[in-house]
Amino acid sequence: MAGLTLASPTASAAPRAAPSISPGAEAWRRFRRHRLALAGALILALIMLAVALGPLLWTVPINEIDFAAKLQRPSWSHPLGTDDLGQDLLARMLYGGRISLAVGLAAMVIAVVVGTIVGAIAGMARGGVDALLMWFTDLFLSLPQLPLLLLIIYLFRDSLKALVGTEAGVFILIVVVIGGFRWMPVARLVRAQFMSLREKEFVEAARALGASPTRQVVRHILPNSLGPVIVAGTIDVANAIIAESTLSFLGLGFPPDIPTWGRVLFDAKDLLDVAPHWALFPGTAIFLTVLSINYIGDGLRDALDPRRVM
Amino acid sequence: MGRYFLRRLLIAIPSLLGISLVLFTVLALAPGDPFEELATNPNVPAEVRANLRTQFGLDDPVAVRYVRWFSSMTKGDWGFSFVSRVDVDKLILQRLPVTLFVIGSSQLLALLIALPIGVYAATRPYSLFDQVANTFAFIGFSLPTFFTGILFILVFSIQLDWLPFVYRSDIAETGWRWWWEHARQALMPIAVLGLFQGASWTRYVRSAVLDVIRLDYVTTARSKGLGEIAVVVKHVVRNAMIPVVTLVALQMPAIFGGAIVTEQIFRVPGIGSLLISSILANDTPVIMAVTFVLSCLVILFNLLADLLYGWLDPRIAYR
Amino acid sequence: MDEKGLHLLIDEVKQGRVSRRQFIQTMVGLGLTAPLASQMLTYSGVAQAQAKSTYKPTKRGGGGALKVLWWQGATLLNPHFAIGTKDQDGSRIFYEPLAAWDTDGDLVPILAAEIPSTQNGGLSADGKSVTWKLKKNVQWHDGKPFTADDAVFNWEYASDPATASVNIGSYKDVRVEKLDSHTVRVHFQKPAPFWADAFVSTRGMIIPKHLFDAYRGAKSRDAPANLKPVGTGPYKFVDFKPGDMVRGQINTNYHEPNRPYFDTIEMKGGGDAVSAARAVMQTAEFDYAWNVQVEDEILLRMEKDGKGRADITAGGNVEFIQLNPTDPWTEVEGERSHAKTKHPLFSDPAVREAMNLLVDRQAVQDHIYGRTGVATRNFLNNPQRFRSKTVKWEFSVDKANQLLESAGWKRGSDGIRAKDGKKLKLVFQTSINAPRQKTQAVIKQACQKAGIEIEIKAITASVFFSSDVGNLDTYSKFYCDLQMYTTTMTQPDPEIFMDQYVSWLVATKENKWQGRNIARWVNDEYDKAYRAAQSELDPVKRAALFIRMNDLIIESRTVIPVVFRPRVSTVSNKLRAPLSGWDSDFWLLKDWYREA
Repeated sequence: MAGLTLASPTASAAPRAAPSISPGAEAWRRFRRHRLALAGALILALIMLAVALGPLLWTVPINEIDFAAKLQRPSWSHPLGTDDLGQDLLARMLYGGRISLAVGLAAMVIAVVVGTIVGAIAGMARGGVDALLMWFTDLFLSLPQLPLLLLIIYLFRDSLKALVGTEAGVFILIVVVIGGFRWMPVARLVRAQFMSLREKEFVEAARALGASPTRQVVRHILPNSLGPVIVAGTIDVANAIIAESTLSFLGLGFPPDIPTWGRVLFDAKDLLDVAPHWALFPGTAIFLTVLSINYIGDGLRDALDPRRVM
Repeated sequence: MGRYFLRRLLIAIPSLLGISLVLFTVLALAPGDPFEELATNPNVPAEVRANLRTQFGLDDPVAVRYVRWFSSMTKGDWGFSFVSRVDVDKLILQRLPVTLFVIGSSQLLALLIALPIGVYAATRPYSLFDQVANTFAFIGFSLPTFFTGILFILVFSIQLDWLPFVYRSDIAETGWRWWWEHARQALMPIAVLGLFQGASWTRYVRSAVLDVIRLDYVTTARSKGLGEIAVVVKHVVRNAMIPVVTLVALQMPAIFGGAIVTEQIFRVPGIGSLLISSILANDTPVIMAVTFVLSCLVILFNLLADLLYGWLDPRIAYR
Repeated sequence: MDEKGLHLLIDEVKQGRVSRRQFIQTMVGLGLTAPLASQMLTYSGVAQAQAKSTYKPTKRGGGGALKVLWWQGATLLNPHFAIGTKDQDGSRIFYEPLAAWDTDGDLVPILAAEIPSTQNGGLSADGKSVTWKLKKNVQWHDGKPFTADDAVFNWEYASDPATASVNIGSYKDVRVEKLDSHTVRVHFQKPAPFWADAFVSTRGMIIPKHLFDAYRGAKSRDAPANLKPVGTGPYKFVDFKPGDMVRGQINTNYHEPNRPYFDTIEMKGGGDAVSAARAVMQTAEFDYAWNVQVEDEILLRMEKDGKGRADITAGGNVEFIQLNPTDPWTEVEGERSHAKTKHPLFSDPAVREAMNLLVDRQAVQDHIYGRTGVATRNFLNNPQRFRSKTVKWEFSVDKANQLLESAGWKRGSDGIRAKDGKKLKLVFQTSINAPRQKTQAVIKQACQKAGIEIEIKAITASVFFSSDVGNLDTYSKFYCDLQMYTTTMTQPDPEIFMDQYVSWLVATKENKWQGRNIARWVNDEYDKAYRAAQSELDPVKRAALFIRMNDLIIESRTVIPVVFRPRVSTVSNKLRAPLSGWDSDFWLLKDWYREA
């Protein structure tokens, strides 16, 4: 049945693509027509704008302890309420959001890029290279993360701090660690897609026409294997934001007084029954971020996939 | 294909060796000491700790310890836990049934959610059903299990008082009551894990099916007059299975390894909780054994996935 | 109160109408110090008598199942290998010591027929030996009789370094002699004011000679009874899954009448403290949960559900801050925080005094710990007889500001004070634990207002408290300006607690940072007082020495006590469980029962 696959990427798309429009412009045109993708991009832009400019507008300090105002529901003076030390949640969410978003996106990019490269090379090269890369993937999959993380902190934290300063050092470490532990599923997914796609007719056709392996990959195989990569990417953003909070418990993350979203959510969990607002806002923020990134991803894929009718 | 399988199995042996060496080195170098709790106890003189370290061979060089571990492992001796002084294989076997049951069921639940919902949503992209399913999926994997677990406990155990939230491997009841009690206590951990996993798998299934469903051959099959269900099941799903198989294979070792967070919340005495408490106590023989079995399973299941690709798409050649 | 009234009151104590504790509290109310009051009773012939039991059941058994929850499961059941409290507690279900500590820090006989005293001839006048009379007709769970041979065996077993018993410290310097089938004498090398260590409490649990005799020393790991305990306790062993579950059933031959009440006991392990509290106080799935380190606010809310209560038992543990007297940032002879160095900022007493003024202990108690952490001015808080009344504390940002200002620490443009080019920037480390991070936040904020910048560092507990020599983040290395943790007092005598400031135990590279003096503060007067206390047989003078030591540390301002931490357990409303801050939670498991 799979033999029936007569995927011809140009067949349906060619008549509509005006010859004068470059592929990039065409993709952008398609992306713009994807309403959900646009909405997603808008939401993400708003969130980013809020965390970038918000702390300038909402100038309540993030660590002003006020025991008289602890666990307050949202009000005019504290639009998102307060936590158990009476600290303003809006200020904390805006401040922590910078880190959460940056960590989430950067770790996702690392995971997706490393995973795609490893998977693509393994899928194309086969043989010894494939075996070696898959051994490497399996190794990473079976490493016990916790002791390894402790080892990494122990080995690199101080030297990195000395090299690039506290904040940047911690950020690099976190992003590398989270990304470094999440690329393996992407690699295996991409490799599987490659193994299947490289035997398809349209790739064979390209090969027969003398396309170089690079061209085969970049123009034909990769765009068609992006589906699972995009899904993995969006899930990784959510996981990275949450993983960051776990790391700070191991002493690897940012100092515990920096209110990243995952951290706020974790702190709120034991008082969920009395102060649901405390958990609601970070939860919603993570959800909205994931949602928007996902729609952008969907839009991107639809835009890049020439077969899809828009 | 048989020869390919055999060759891959042979390759697996040196790769396992390499992995075990890396694992052992990481564990040996990681900071911490199995007798850390003794250090904070003023009544325990420092000599006791030093004595225990020598007795358990912790002061030897890493290479010596690795060779010792490896040679006894080949003889089937997994070593004993520094913390409980019980043989490691015995500890693992005690935890295995619960892990297989709870984690296994949750993965099954995840598949049962992800496959039908993902496929159906993909056949009607951007329909109301698709949107609702997507929203739930996003919520599902945006919320960490530590959070949903507590939410479930608050709702089903504390507010409604329907389900117990402390998992007990020894239940005094017999007969159908035993089954009933087991089902009741397993429901929440299975649901928390299954929903979390199911949410992300739904997204993968939907995406994979979407990739296939508009291909020409599906249109061809449709135009031949095949019924919609037949088209989807016979032509679409099989071709969309490759990413799903990959993911399931990636997840399978977890059925042995357990789920650390969920096991912790519901006190499920599975391998995940054994692993985390061993890690926190720096009980290296246990960590080593569990992670080593895990890596064997990782290799095995990834190999099985590779074989399944060939069955799903016969044109994938093994070279 | 005149002398006659006093004698009447002492008589009432003798007859048991007034408890020792009430008496001491009355006396303290009259302006007497607690140790003196306690001593008054001893001179009047009231031995440290057993508190009157409130045990009601009139027959053995019939109580159904007792379900208790330990958020760390017991991992082994041989008390001589117990790594943590969880293991000691698991073992205590089956094994018993000769005597146990009650909540006032007084001894209660368990396997002993009586508590040794000067009156009954148990204590020698020179303080060099103590004679224990054992209860007769006590049987091990397998029916064999319990005799003096078992006690002597435990000394031999634990004092053998090859066994690597964690109790070796209590046995290695004593000699145990069998006088007759039910009497043993413990000989000390020098006069021992604190004689109740061997055979007492958690380190005194006695294992049967007939099952462990063949497994001494290096063979100790192979003993089958390590995993299947056979003891004298109220419950017999049924099943054990390390880290998960310990199960026991009623011992129908228990050596006290009408005990125990429950038919089975189930000790489940794992999970976290908050949900353990929930399982007792909100869903009543369990009767008891151990060591519920949960913020009081959460406990108070759960108590409103009416199913359980938090039981708070005072002990000696104290959460405190150390100001590093040495320089953590310069390496000398291969180690930082070397004892010979001086801290660049804390060497100025004004800075130390300011820090002392900036720790708002009352806020920490009121808003973070509640009943589970009581603001304190003392390092040595309990038992009452050792508590100093002289030192004071206050919280005042203004005073701190004035003090620093007049000492020449001027605010820079960034608001941070500096003097001679040295900025008041400090790194403050502790382990990762929600209340600790909140305390850090409270202190950081106060310091900020006083022009001191604090960088907060939190280290995962398993690393912070590890004894790993290669690790820089351990608390014993103290490569940091300030650190905070709880130091535990494991017995009601302060000798092993107050050794934390003696000069010969400073943690250094040479002793692999295993010295008990982690604060690195040294003082001649302190050393002398400690040495004197070690051999002082007069309890009143000894208590005075310890109180003096406490005052010396506090006045040095190198140590800032924050809160003392009572033990917190959650107990189902119907369960009656006598607890003690000086012994295992199961110290009196035989007396646990459920009210109808």
